Amino acid sequence: MKKYDVIIIGAGIIGCMIARFLSRYKLDTLLIEKEADVCMGATAANTAIIHAGYDPVPGSLKAEMNVKGNKMWDTLAGELNIPFERRGDYVVAIGEEELPKLEELMKQGIQNGVPGLVLLSGDEVRRREPNINPKVSGALWASTGGIADPFAAAVAAAENAVMNGVTIMFETVFQDFIMDGNKIVGIKTNRGDFASRWVINAAGLYSDEVMHKAGVRPEFRITPRKGEYYVFDRAEITINNVLFPVPTPVTKGILVTTTIHGNTIIGPNAKDIQDKEDRSVTREGLEEVWNGALKLVPKLELKHVIAVFAGLRAGGNAPSPNPNIKYNHDYVIEIPSNVKGFVNLGGIESPGLVSSPAIATRVIELLKDVGEKLEEKKDWDPIRPARPRFRDLSKEEQRILVQNDPRYGRIVCRCESVTEGEIVAEIHAPVPAKTYDAIKRRTWLGTGRCQGGFDTPRVVEILARELGVPPTQITKKGPGSEFLKRRTKDVA
Amino acid sequence: MSEIETKIICITCPVGCSLVVTHEDQKVIKVEGNQCRKGIDYAQNELRDPRRMVTTTVKVKRGLHPLVPVYTSAPIPKPLIFELIKKLRGVELEAPVKVGQAILKDFLGTGVDVLAARDLPQVGQKTSETGSG
Amino acid sequence: MSLDRVKPIYDVVVIGSGPGGLGAAIAAKKNGADDVLIIERDNELGGILVQCIHNGFGVEIFKEDLPGPLYAHRFIQEANSLGVEVLSDTMVLDITPLRKITAVGKRAGFVELEARAIVLAMGCRERTRAQIRIPGTRPAGIYTAGTAQRFVNVEGYMPGNRFVILGSGDIGMIMARRLTLEGAKVERVLEIMPFLTGLTRNYVQCLLDYNIPLQLRHTVSRILGNYRVEAVEAVEVDENWNPIPGTEEIIPCDTLLLSVGLIPENELSRKAGVILDPITGGPVVDESMQTSVSGIFAAGNVVHVYDLVDWVTEAGFLAGKSAAKFAVEMKKGLSRKVKLVAGANVRYIVPQYLDSESLAESDQRIQLRVVRPIEEKVWVEVTDGEHLITRKLERYVRPGEIVTIKIPKKAYDEVQKTDKLIVRVAKS
Repeated sequence: MKKYDVIIIGAGIIGCMIARFLSRYKLDTLLIEKEADVCMGATAANTAIIHAGYDPVPGSLKAEMNVKGNKMWDTLAGELNIPFERRGDYVVAIGEEELPKLEELMKQGIQNGVPGLVLLSGDEVRRREPNINPKVSGALWASTGGIADPFAAAVAAAENAVMNGVTIMFETVFQDFIMDGNKIVGIKTNRGDFASRWVINAAGLYSDEVMHKAGVRPEFRITPRKGEYYVFDRAEITINNVLFPVPTPVTKGILVTTTIHGNTIIGPNAKDIQDKEDRSVTREGLEEVWNGALKLVPKLELKHVIAVFAGLRAGGNAPSPNPNIKYNHDYVIEIPSNVKGFVNLGGIESPGLVSSPAIATRVIELLKDVGEKLEEKKDWDPIRPARPRFRDLSKEEQRILVQNDPRYGRIVCRCESVTEGEIVAEIHAPVPAKTYDAIKRRTWLGTGRCQGGFDTPRVVEILARELGVPPTQITKKGPGSEFLKRRTKDVA
Repeated sequence: MSEIETKIICITCPVGCSLVVTHEDQKVIKVEGNQCRKGIDYAQNELRDPRRMVTTTVKVKRGLHPLVPVYTSAPIPKPLIFELIKKLRGVELEAPVKVGQAILKDFLGTGVDVLAARDLPQVGQKTSETGSG
Repeated sequence: MSLDRVKPIYDVVVIGSGPGGLGAAIAAKKNGADDVLIIERDNELGGILVQCIHNGFGVEIFKEDLPGPLYAHRFIQEANSLGVEVLSDTMVLDITPLRKITAVGKRAGFVELEARAIVLAMGCRERTRAQIRIPGTRPAGIYTAGTAQRFVNVEGYMPGNRFVILGSGDIGMIMARRLTLEGAKVERVLEIMPFLTGLTRNYVQCLLDYNIPLQLRHTVSRILGNYRVEAVEAVEVDENWNPIPGTEEIIPCDTLLLSVGLIPENELSRKAGVILDPITGGPVVDESMQTSVSGIFAAGNVVHVYDLVDWVTEAGFLAGKSAAKFAVEMKKGLSRKVKLVAGANVRYIVPQYLDSESLAESDQRIQLRVVRPIEEKVWVEVTDGEHLITRKLERYVRPGEIVTIKIPKKAYDEVQKTDKLIVRVAKS
């Protein structure tokens, strides 16, 4: 049985970030993931906001992780080359009656230690965001908020971890713990058993099931909460900023926001569901999102929508570790006392993306606190180099790129100008992209107006060629999602 | 003898009249619903000897593409369509293929040939289709 | 011929080699364009016709019923024999309103060139599942009909075994037949309208012939399956396209084919500053197929979606002819400018050039400044180097004061014969 120092279950943003920060130390680390690629759970479908931190309940672990994490993003994005912009978030009040809520939020933000909070007049909001509802009465501008690419963040963190010695195994499903008394000594998976001194639960939607297998927190439950989104054609509508409505107790509300890719997206709503694999978009959900978004930007038009999708949040029911506050949906980040060798995380929903580096740092602190010797690698390299994006380059840079490697001269995704060179680079990257969706997440191919209509046959061909398999084995998102059934003339 | 009414749609022109054809076996007694004479001719042909143009593809070895499109030189009897498709499925040509090249001649005595609908060069070579010659 | 090196400037550049582009290139050559270049993103000519292996093409132009590739072949041959140049496997990235083109290709590398006239013939793209917002999951197995057609007819792969087709347009029906002939099962064709949206001929020859059921007033209300399509939920709709509760039916299948509309592909047109018609989705054009940008023409499905390819070819012919005429005019225009040359004691003249045709309309006034002042009467003379065309007596000339002189209409014939006019100041 292969022996590790640490096994991390789950390669979403949290698992990848923990792997990356842990890779600094002399620990033999394995990251396992049940799907065919990183970030296919909640990390794949969210609003991609680096929250400022005024929203979480003061005193909660969420608030602490949010504010700490927010401060880390400039360095993180720089080291890992994650597309990131600190543009500021806006909570927009429509009508005079919503203004008091802004002051409440500002107070809350100050309590949470959020810097740079400013109240703006309706006129100023209109100036910054011409498409805003003319009835805007004011906004809270959280200038430390931002937008980032969550896929790039997970991929970059995972790649940096791999570059620094971490092993990643995909299509590897956690089945059970191997216990020695009350000590975890390993895990069982569909790919065999692995021994380990530590196991870290970063299983997102399934974090409850994982911790229950260790006898930890039997009352803890993850309720999948679905949020649906629309994506707009960037040529048809421009929103400059991240716009929140005034929030309700359950959800931050339906945003209208720009993304780091330049598209405008609206969403999410919040609907508790049962099935942890149900990422379907629904008529009712889409309607709710649409009506909600019109409150902020009445000018939105359905005919400019180019995509719709849904994501699931891992909503937990854990009471806050802070005994002084009454809050029952806080993060679980702990080393439980009743089980040895286990770092337990649960309920990492929004603000999960912004908190991820702070959570990773907290995990390391927890390990140090219980006496784990963390010896730094002398040759640890925190930098994950960026790969060229054809469409982001100047003409001269494009010319040189094509000259050096003609594959960058073949445009495969016409709508987003993604080249064969970029696709091949991702297929052979440290965390290789082996499915269509993996390439889509990394290059943004197939996300434009034609939604893959033009590029799909070409991507299938390139994947088959580079991976050395027949095109019938190329999948959209892992086994069971093959694009092609057989060759045209091979009739049974 | 028994008279049957069969409904067919005439496709001679874009109007697409819905015809009701009263017939005894293949002998047409009455045609209703047609807006012109052509409908009567169509009904008679459809009843007696319905024919269709068939277009499909045929496998090619070492060509620019693995398949070349082919077509029948004239419509073939409808009941023979699947037989033709089956026969063509077993054919594998060698590139280059020339437009008009006969893949099959006089299929099942119908007098109809199956022809290549385009030039298909060998992989790596050029023809007019790839912008050369 | 296929190029590895392009010229810096062409009379006419055609973007796209489908029926519109081929027609334009041929007509441009036949109407006076000296050089015509087609830029095609695929590695062969023909555009969408390469994958349209069914017949129905050429009924008007050739009075024959041809399969798509054969129809294309005829025009490809003609373009070749006329000497149309081709840059294939190359994607145009940008066009400016001044008709500068940037393109990139694996073989061609990074290409920049200029065109005296451009014909946009990029065709159209297909409406997607997301644009009609079909609820449900996002598994593999959802294809637009055109993408499926490419796989089946060109790449040589079947995207599925059991199909449901949404949309009774021609592409959907033709694919229903195609898939059936290649051994797949087409379970149902669903059409949201209360009528067939494609040709009746296709209904008979693609659906009725193969016993494929068509349901009007029906649509897909949900897609099921996480990794691969497992079924679709079909539902009947009312006049407002709202689902009628209780009419839901789960149809097991592994592929959903969408034939729900074509959208003219005008990203490049936008870059060139071409004004688009919000209803057609294509450029606003005049009777010569010129867009709102001078020298940029458009033809085919990029302008609006046609029913018959023969009319696309005709539109191509028109646009190509207009583009050629524009290019020819432009070239002629430059060589019919007469240069005004500063002669003795003249520092500069404005305008620097006269269009020789301008004298057909009216006298032409020119302005000049002298080098040295002369405080006595002088002649300001315009000659063609040999003959005096016109002159004017000035009481004095000073550098600080602009001198004007009129070249009269009646000098038209003499000016036609020269390529320069010299203006000088001579003592009286």
